[in-house]
Amino acid sequence: MPAAVSAKHLQVSYNGQPVLRDLCLEVPAGAFFIIIGPNSSGKTTLLRALAGAVQPQQGHVEIWGKPISHFAPKSLARLVAVVPQRVATDIPFTVQEVVLMGRSPHLGLMGLEQPRDLELAMEAMTVTRVNHLARRPLMQLSGGELQRVIIARALCQQPRLLLLDEPTAALDPAHQVSIMDLMAQLRAERGLTVVMVSHDLNLAAMYGQQLLLMQEGKSMHSGPPAEVLTYEKLEQVYGCAMLVDENPLGRVPRVTLVPKRFLGPPLG
Amino acid sequence: MSWSSLSLGRRLLWVVLLGTLLLGISLVLGLCLGSTPAGWRRNLAALLGLSGPHDVLATIIWRIRWPRAVLAGLVGATLSLGGLVFQALLRNPLADPYILGVSGGSAVGAIAGLLAGLAPFPGVALLAFMGSMGTLMLVLVITASEPGARKNSLLLAGVMVNAFCSAVIIFLVSITQDARLHNMLHWLMGDLSIAAPGQTTLLICLLIPCFLAILALARPLNLLLMGAETASYLGLNVALTSRILLVVTSLMVSVAVCQSGLVGFVGLVVPHLFRLRLGPDHRLLIPACVLGGGSYLIMCDVVSRVLPSQGEMPVGVITAMVGAPLFVLLLMRSR
Repeated sequence: MPAAVSAKHLQVSYNGQPVLRDLCLEVPAGAFFIIIGPNSSGKTTLLRALAGAVQPQQGHVEIWGKPISHFAPKSLARLVAVVPQRVATDIPFTVQEVVLMGRSPHLGLMGLEQPRDLELAMEAMTVTRVNHLARRPLMQLSGGELQRVIIARALCQQPRLLLLDEPTAALDPAHQVSIMDLMAQLRAERGLTVVMVSHDLNLAAMYGQQLLLMQEGKSMHSGPPAEVLTYEKLEQVYGCAMLVDENPLGRVPRVTLVPKRFLGPPLG
Repeated sequence: MSWSSLSLGRRLLWVVLLGTLLLGISLVLGLCLGSTPAGWRRNLAALLGLSGPHDVLATIIWRIRWPRAVLAGLVGATLSLGGLVFQALLRNPLADPYILGVSGGSAVGAIAGLLAGLAPFPGVALLAFMGSMGTLMLVLVITASEPGARKNSLLLAGVMVNAFCSAVIIFLVSITQDARLHNMLHWLMGDLSIAAPGQTTLLICLLIPCFLAILALARPLNLLLMGAETASYLGLNVALTSRILLVVTSLMVSVAVCQSGLVGFVGLVVPHLFRLRLGPDHRLLIPACVLGGGSYLIMCDVVSRVLPSQGEMPVGVITAMVGAPLFVLLLMRSR
């Protein structure tokens, strides 16, 4: 079975500045794959390249073994859904209208939704627990609600691959866990392949099956959390000391940040 | 049952029904009111063709007022729809064919075509189309370099392009003796008085396909409102769709400008009024703008014919007096 998504020697630069350098990755179908790395290491660009929104100067992306440039926009959107970091909320669309937009790749031009599409939207909103907000304008939602609405829209596309860019950033712990649990549940129940960019090393350790640790546009380490999240590798990439031990919840690493005052004897 | 709980199909039905009713009322007013006053009985008789073949009023209604009302309706629908499309494509609520200078560009093209002695169609219309595409590209190029400050630089670029086009229009009209061009106000403030019955059919044949093409792209327009990147994630070919929309909109605006000159602010007023009531869904807004925009300009034309005790004023005076204050209001609110 081909990988759900794979990148072969991706090279991307903006205005001559390289952002991705010879990056390769392979995400098996049905995996929960998490991309981590410091700021400006190219995580978001990688995700956008996997979604086909960035054209690499060299290398290419394959979706289930087929080069992404061979897909028509609509057929790609029926296979791959994206939850971007920021979404426009200045237009007074309601939650239901936004979720129904996820049906677009399945509809014709003028695109009046059929009862089946409304059912699918309702189901997606129920799964992400935003059905009670259906008639609310997007701009009235909290950060956690908005994130769940955008995930519902992505699910409405009925994709086989879901790409998410820091979906838990700026959310409180309860919302972080609920989104990660939802992803794990969708993966287990529907066989959805999930690729996520995250800043949270502990969430990545607890939920990810495969991690990719990036630095300056390059893939530094990849593999299961226990292999990637070691203090040597983290210190090398992030440039700061971290304490790594075993998480009391199970056999995954736990990463603790180390304040300066705990590092060696005080000077003077 | 509240409006928002109705299904989209139901809402669409209501929009089309009420819009058609409004358009019908405006047409009747446009046919019955004018500088030759008559009682409603005579008007009704003339409208229904019961007044005999030599009735002067019937001649005025069907030979003069009818083509003019149809022209006003088509131009109003075109400009409203043009404003709606530009507002979505540029994600800027203040965009409008007149404000962006697109109307001005096509007027310059049309005048150049008339001076060169070309036929009204396709010669003059083609030059007008090139003029509108040219100004549109110019505005887009000026604003493309600074994506951050796009909202305001777009308007500034439009204002400058517009000022330049107005100057060129005055220049061309001033240096020529051509009788077809003698009325400068016609071009600068918009004027529907040259409506000729023969051109109505041609206009309908050109504009209705444009309306239908835009209606077919109603859903993509909704997606574009969410931003180009999101729209592409939802399966839209953003570059192709935007190009089609820009060309179709420029085409229909230039056809309208050839007939009516620069009627300003219609594309600003009408979409905003309907958006307040109907929300942002283009599947409702497009039919509403076609029917309501047509009605709006027919009414404005009636006012411009009836208000002055002698002669008439250009319809663009009325639309600007309504539209410019609204523009300022929207600009203040967008800050």
